[in-house]
Amino acid sequence: MANIDGAPAVTDYLQTGWRARDWFLSTDHKRVAILYLLSITFFFFIGGLAATLIRVELLTPPSNLVSKDVFNRLFTMHGVIMVWFFLIPSIPTTIGNFVIPLMIGARDLAFPKLNLFSWYLFSAGGLFTLGAIILGGVDTGWTFYTPYSSFYAHSAVVLVILGIVVAGFGSILTGLNFIVTVHTMRAPGMGWFQLPLFIWSHYATSLILVLATPILAITLLLVGIERVWQYGIFEPSLGGDPLLFQHLFWFYSHPAVYIMVLPAMGVVSEIVPCFARKHIFGYHFIAFASLAIATYGFLVWGHHMFVSGQSPYASLIFSALSFLVAVPSAIKVFNWTATLHKGYIHLRTPMLYALGFIGLFVIGGLTGLFLASTALDVHVHDTYFVVSHFHYIMVGGAVMGYLGAIHFWWPKMSGRRYPEGWGIFAAILLFVGFNLTFFPQFLLGYGGMVRRIAEYAPGFQVLNVMSTAGASILGVGYVLPLAYLLWTLRRPPDAGPNPWFATGLEWQTSSPPPKHNFLAAPQVGEPYDYAEMPRDIPWS
Amino acid sequence: METPVEMQFDDPAQQREASALGMWTFLASEVLFFGGVFTGYSIYRWKYPHAFAEASHHLYEWIGAVNTAILLTSSLFIALAVQALHTERPRRAWRLIIATLICGLAFLSLKAVEYWMDYQEGLVPGVRFDASKFTDPAPATLFFTFYFSMTGLHAAHVISGLLVLTVIGITLRRATDPGKYANSLENGALFWHLVDIIWIFLFPLLYLIGGPK
Amino acid sequence: MTGGPRTATLYWTAVALGLLLGGTIVATEFLGRAGPTVNLVIAAVKAALVAVVFMHLRWSSPLQRLFAGAAFFWLAILFALTFADYLTRRA
Repeated sequence: MANIDGAPAVTDYLQTGWRARDWFLSTDHKRVAILYLLSITFFFFIGGLAATLIRVELLTPPSNLVSKDVFNRLFTMHGVIMVWFFLIPSIPTTIGNFVIPLMIGARDLAFPKLNLFSWYLFSAGGLFTLGAIILGGVDTGWTFYTPYSSFYAHSAVVLVILGIVVAGFGSILTGLNFIVTVHTMRAPGMGWFQLPLFIWSHYATSLILVLATPILAITLLLVGIERVWQYGIFEPSLGGDPLLFQHLFWFYSHPAVYIMVLPAMGVVSEIVPCFARKHIFGYHFIAFASLAIATYGFLVWGHHMFVSGQSPYASLIFSALSFLVAVPSAIKVFNWTATLHKGYIHLRTPMLYALGFIGLFVIGGLTGLFLASTALDVHVHDTYFVVSHFHYIMVGGAVMGYLGAIHFWWPKMSGRRYPEGWGIFAAILLFVGFNLTFFPQFLLGYGGMVRRIAEYAPGFQVLNVMSTAGASILGVGYVLPLAYLLWTLRRPPDAGPNPWFATGLEWQTSSPPPKHNFLAAPQVGEPYDYAEMPRDIPWS
Repeated sequence: METPVEMQFDDPAQQREASALGMWTFLASEVLFFGGVFTGYSIYRWKYPHAFAEASHHLYEWIGAVNTAILLTSSLFIALAVQALHTERPRRAWRLIIATLICGLAFLSLKAVEYWMDYQEGLVPGVRFDASKFTDPAPATLFFTFYFSMTGLHAAHVISGLLVLTVIGITLRRATDPGKYANSLENGALFWHLVDIIWIFLFPLLYLIGGPK
Repeated sequence: MTGGPRTATLYWTAVALGLLLGGTIVATEFLGRAGPTVNLVIAAVKAALVAVVFMHLRWSSPLQRLFAGAAFFWLAILFALTFADYLTRRA
């Protein structure tokens, strides 16, 4: 079948074989990306199911839908699945895997077999975790604080730990792959400052993946050793210090939140120039800010431990450092805003998600500053204020970035265009639902509602009902793209190589791309050269 | 005489560079992995200096020292093997790989003997632990927990390294063009050297903090 | 591979490592309280020799050396800031 621009028919990557082994043994980065896409979508809905049950339980003050023990398992599994089996892999393994080689003009990543192996590790880890869910789940919170997790929890802790460690190893290998790819496989003429900012973000993310995840692995393994052999590594009565666990855990888990948000920032840096038809403002600032966020993010983990018994002097240091870490993120927000200024704005679905990201990330980020202040944190730690803060960034930010990316690159990945009307509707619905769900939670937290509880004081009910109402809208908003994107697959691919008139090498090949990405060597130029592109993006 | 160039690479130089960078990135992750447990150990060592020194005395320093010498020698052997393959002497490379494997097996054997002796002495927390040996049993237990965890993890890496080098060695031995596996041998050697480096730090931290016997 | 050590360099490095190992034993026996610190320094030197000579960092690209260094630098962050808590606790 010929491409819409009349180019000769070439088998695209989707058509090259449909036996099981052509998909499950394919080292083609585009197919591995699709495998990941299917897996993480599955886990997203599992985690979402847990969230649904949580929000329904919280409609009423007493714990009447589920017991408190089951509630503990619900919020734990929601956290574990959403963090490690959805957010951390999401953009890098689906969009990143697909688009990074295309963006640099390569035929594949540096290590295609390792890439497939990463997916198998991820899936194995996922299976262990699903097994743990079937065995009743875990009730320790996604943070596995000791000594509860190692000595006193009666739940499938070791199985979940194994799942996370195995999946984590897969993520280390993905980061390794990206780092080496960006260093060694750029097309001739593509220097570091000709790279799209999506690549800079993913390079920065990969640094964190490689340097932080091993600490998570060893820390969880130590908890497992403690649990299996009843050793007292973090148990006070045996001379251990629970705070040591927290130091080791958060040394990974704080940078982990940057693993979750940096890729979404990279997505925004691609979408905003395209739909404002303008060169990105401050390319170098955004590039270096990505590296700054990744490296600097390793210095602030103690802000999760202000009330745990950490020394006040260490808390002061971490507090000061935490204020500073907002700076590179703010620089990015200013640059995106400056890009929008006097741009020719097209409010298409990807742009709506990008704009949503910017606004909601600002709110989430600012509330992070409140939490960085030790005095304020004493009041709001372990309340819904914290829950809302990180959901503004993770959901309002990262998930919106993910959906924006899916829509932006859907034509490239599938060769089909999604129905724009439905896209816009779903994006708006998600924005409304999101704010209705999570804004009340700031008020709840500041008003004193503690997190991780199934039973709360009656005065908090009104805001909880609002939050659950918002969550139901969110749920609809998430199902819609799943439905209409799948629906687009009924048509043959007709999107053409560059439906958005975007810059970037991935748009110089057909949609979907052929197996080895480019039939002719792509033209490398300066990135975001939108002055050379048509001003209007056609509707269809 | 060169490793065949895979589809995604443009030329052998690019492939070699990618291979080396990839291996170093993986080694970096391993340094952080062990670094986590080293950090935990260091915190407790700082917190319980006397209990840890006393506990360390019960370890068999001479076994640790001999094992250190064995691993250092094995590093020499594998480095020579890499050089041999590069200078187109595959049979010498094969013999040196065998020498490395022998060293590795010797290390593991001594370790097994040492673990058995530790068990006999009642130094294995949770399994057979004689708390009466120590003035302060709780931190002593902590010491031995870290000792077994750290040396156990290290031993697991020794075993992995031996398996990898065995596979590479056999492949080399059977190949008509052994030079194709130069990259693999280099990477395997890098892993082995890392295992050596980890032990270089483990030995003084675990065995020698007690001072003279 | 851009370059590599000569055979003699490899053997001399092994000798140096052996001597340093001996030094460690001596330091433990005779240096008392300074022993552990000296031992750590010796260990660092041994590790550096293995890395620079056996692992060819002396003949590698600057990027590979950067990657090797970065790992230890990041570990230093973990050490430093964790100890910052413990060292400043009043209890």
